[in-house]
Amino acid sequence: MDLNIIRHIIRFIILIALQVVIVNQFYLGGFITPFIYPIFILLLPFSVNGSVLLLSAFAMGLSIDMFSDTMGMHTAATTFMAFMRPSIIRFVSGKTDFDAGTEPNPVNNGVVWTLIYSLILILIHHTFLFFIEAFRTDDFVHIIIRSLLSGIFSTALIMIIYLLISKKSRAAK
Amino acid sequence: MRNLFNFIARHYFFFLFVALQVIAFAMIFQNNFYQRSAFVNSSNYIAGNIYNLRSNITNYFNLKQINEQLAHQNTVLLESIPGTFLQTDQQIFTLSDKQYRKQFSYYNAKVINNSVRNRNNYITLNKGRIHGIKPDMGVITPQGVIGIVKEVSGNFSSVISLLHSDVQISAKIKKNDQLGTILWEGYDYKKATMLYIPPHVQLSHGDTIITSGFSSIFPEGIMIGTIAEYEIKRGDNFFTIDLDLSVDFNKLNFVYVVSNIYKEELTDLENITQN
Repeated sequence: MDLNIIRHIIRFIILIALQVVIVNQFYLGGFITPFIYPIFILLLPFSVNGSVLLLSAFAMGLSIDMFSDTMGMHTAATTFMAFMRPSIIRFVSGKTDFDAGTEPNPVNNGVVWTLIYSLILILIHHTFLFFIEAFRTDDFVHIIIRSLLSGIFSTALIMIIYLLISKKSRAAK
Repeated sequence: MRNLFNFIARHYFFFLFVALQVIAFAMIFQNNFYQRSAFVNSSNYIAGNIYNLRSNITNYFNLKQINEQLAHQNTVLLESIPGTFLQTDQQIFTLSDKQYRKQFSYYNAKVINNSVRNRNNYITLNKGRIHGIKPDMGVITPQGVIGIVKEVSGNFSSVISLLHSDVQISAKIKKNDQLGTILWEGYDYKKATMLYIPPHVQLSHGDTIITSGFSSIFPEGIMIGTIAEYEIKRGDNFFTIDLDLSVDFNKLNFVYVVSNIYKEELTDLENITQN
């Protein structure tokens, strides 16, 4: 159990570093701005306590905000995404009971399941974020297209990270 | 009362979510309305040092380009040295001599973090309060205007880029001194918009836009960009001008922070007149 918490904390730090130092430099065609840090929320175990889920999302968003001068925007988007996570899991898999401690990943749940689950939550996160960032609704179409393209790109990056992580845990078993 | 507590306890997930959202939005509004982010911004100690480390590494790859920029700037400086000085006592000395008093002083700084992809972009510099940087100073490069200092910590400062919805810069067309306002409408970091040029003014593609010097933040004559497109939108009384920015915001290295020595005197005087 303690080992798991330490693993999540290390993941937390590595993801922030990756996002801030590398992924934040991506600027593809003026439209696509990927974010990989939400995979931290995606990877929390199914049985995670509700307040732990929300508070860790809050901490994650705040850390990213601190590094990108966005003040509260990532915090709001990530917390919203964490709030939606239980409903999305129920929606995607139609059940609520999972083995305690299992994490959502392609090895446990299959590639298709993970892809749908991640894509929906990432799109929720990106759309929420880009709407707060613009703070107006007059260029609705522009924001929607930007969220879609960025969301798809982020999900692709996140699927790669899933594969890297779950390969390692399978080897550990 | 007990029922209320029970209700909250049963739906703690929802109420915690609402509480966290309220905190997040409070931060967003506070930052947007007061331009204040005393604690959580990238001029804080940890973020500043991480960005400093990254830019120390990446800077080696840009050395050639930086050298070219510096050489170019040296030639420009040699040609235009008196440009930043205020002329005084004109009436007495016009014929034989002119007296200048220094109006602007410059600090050099290095960009250690920068973004062009958001609606509101910020830049972090490696100089701060102990080097003499203060909020509301202008930031320029030899190529043109960069932004305005927003917050300073001891060793770092956080700059609002020209690519930000709150930035409006007083500018003029170089060839005929017509005054307008520069702002950024998002989407493309190579473009900006100029407003409030009346329709009788003759414009042509490629006209140079420079700072007006009226804002007390930037000296007069700092390059901003060149005219790419212009039109009068239906129902408007003014031109809407699209500019090509002269600065490549995606490639910032070394910048200058401009301090106007007479800024307080100017703003005090203007406040008295306006109130």
